[in-house]
Amino acid sequence: MLRRLPDILGRRSRLALTVGAALLLLLPFAVDLSLGRGWVRITDFALLYIMLALGLNIVVGYAGLLDLGYIAFFAVGAYTYALLGSPQFGLHWPVWVVLPLGASLSCLFGVLLGAPTLRLRGDYLAIVTLGFGEIIRIFLNNLNGPVNITNGPQGISRIDPVTVGGFSLGSAHQFAGLEFPSVHLYYYLFLGCTFLVILVSLRLEKSRIGRAWMAIREDEVAAEAMGINTRNIKLLAFAMGATFGGLSGGLFAGFQGFVSPESFGLMESIMILCMVVLGGMGNIGGVVLGGVLLVLLPEAFRHGAGPVQQMLFGKILIDPESLRMLLFGLALIVVMLVRPAGLWPSGRRQRELTADDGVAQQEQETVYDASR
Amino acid sequence: MTPRAEPARQPAAGTETILELQGIGKNFGGLAALAEVSLRIHRGEIYGLIGPNGAGKTTLFNIISGLYQPDTGKFTFAGAACTHRKPHQLAEAGIARTFQNIRLFANMTALENVMVGRHLRTHTGIWGALTRSPAARAEERAIINRARELLNYAGITRPHQTLAKHLPYGEQRRLEIARALATDPLLLALDEPAAGMNATETAALQTLIQTIRADGVTVLLIEHDVKLVMDLCDRLAVLDYGRKIAEGEPATVRADPAVIAAYLGGAAVSEVAA
Repeated sequence: MLRRLPDILGRRSRLALTVGAALLLLLPFAVDLSLGRGWVRITDFALLYIMLALGLNIVVGYAGLLDLGYIAFFAVGAYTYALLGSPQFGLHWPVWVVLPLGASLSCLFGVLLGAPTLRLRGDYLAIVTLGFGEIIRIFLNNLNGPVNITNGPQGISRIDPVTVGGFSLGSAHQFAGLEFPSVHLYYYLFLGCTFLVILVSLRLEKSRIGRAWMAIREDEVAAEAMGINTRNIKLLAFAMGATFGGLSGGLFAGFQGFVSPESFGLMESIMILCMVVLGGMGNIGGVVLGGVLLVLLPEAFRHGAGPVQQMLFGKILIDPESLRMLLFGLALIVVMLVRPAGLWPSGRRQRELTADDGVAQQEQETVYDASR
Repeated sequence: MTPRAEPARQPAAGTETILELQGIGKNFGGLAALAEVSLRIHRGEIYGLIGPNGAGKTTLFNIISGLYQPDTGKFTFAGAACTHRKPHQLAEAGIARTFQNIRLFANMTALENVMVGRHLRTHTGIWGALTRSPAARAEERAIINRARELLNYAGITRPHQTLAKHLPYGEQRRLEIARALATDPLLLALDEPAAGMNATETAALQTLIQTIRADGVTVLLIEHDVKLVMDLCDRLAVLDYGRKIAEGEPATVRADPAVIAAYLGGAAVSEVAA
């Protein structure tokens, strides 16, 4: 599809695409200069969360399976990386082994969780996945005895940075006289991974598999009666979502250099679900938007709420942290009331299908709609 | 045009059995929804299933499409024992159905609904979808073409990109038929396809069902519109309180005292008889 994109979009859009790509590439420098290096780091986290949200979108948005324990897969990926690339066991396996391994392990966990639970629907599935998420977290918390595996609540520190062929993303590098700090390098890595995840999502969405997921979401009984092996197709959704979760977990561990069970609580699962739901379930653009907003806005608030109050009232009336949660809840309620399908809901997914009979069909539809 | 991808087989005039039910029974709690129902449906015929509300017709459909498991009895389809198969396996064996209360994929387009029906007969997996291999793209094109063909065949006049939920009622029923035909069925089970249709729509539906049969698909039909059933069906069975009370050609069944009793109540019959 990407190959055909320029033809479909035309010259003006091609220009927009080039400008957009350039902006994305320059973004870390712009952010660094205007807001400071801390914000580049926050941008990196936004990308990680976008990847997570896109993974969850496959499970929740496409297949319609409410998963409240999604963060567990993130944890599996992160701990796989942490255990195999840190002084914990003295192992320092290369990234290109550890990342795929973490993703595969997560995939396996996705199947393990899915196999017994997929006969459940809706609320019941949500409760079971919630339990699963907690089990993983509690395991990580307690696997420090009798044999110390995860180092318990202290977590694992001094994790190897992502290093490919002697090139470590953990320290600054010079290219063409320009200095690229570590956070910038991670930004490019995460950006690449995010695009990969987007591409995979796009292709799956518009395929036989994607249609089967949507059919299950729309009406599971009818989907079954039409010959879809719902159990396998649902397992596939769980496995794909978990794989993305595991991948971003590994990246997270390498980036952060430290993992502990408290990064993988229920609140994180809810947060990712909020990104999917708030942004627009089933729509990749919406999910990306949700991820960006839910990472950046709270951070902006954390830094901005104090000074603004100081300016307006001359003192800090409400602690920014409590205000943040209050406004976050309020924002959720407002969005769900005003735009129940999310900020950028999944619209007509037919661009690809109409490409062959093209504009005529679309015009015909417009005329038809107008004449009603 | 034919509903099946391969050339249509001749409508079989013979009496080769395609679906055979033997002593099928199903209880819900203490209620016997079906008891000892045995039927034999021949390849290429239009077979009607009628009976008052609650007689067990839809339960029977749910059993032959694998949504319910029967408590007693067994059934064979196209020569193979099918009693405890899953819905998707029965669809693969060649039984396709529609639903009494329309169950389309409401937020998918008409075209996509039919494309989902092709799932069963196509094979692109994750890898094909990700790489968009030539084979995967060719299959996708074939799916789209076949789906368009079936939409036209079923007489959907609205744009194929219309969301299923935005189609008018009559076309939603037709779309369900198109979706079912997309699975390349040997037997098409229609659960009250004419419900809620006006006279014109019903007439068009009648033509469609006849065309489907002429193209080689056996049709099993639940319907309350007695005229439609009598006009269309080669044979029919009457269910009442979960039991088969009559079976045969429309004219015979219509005259059957037990049928009249079931529809009009026992007293009416004794009055007629008196």
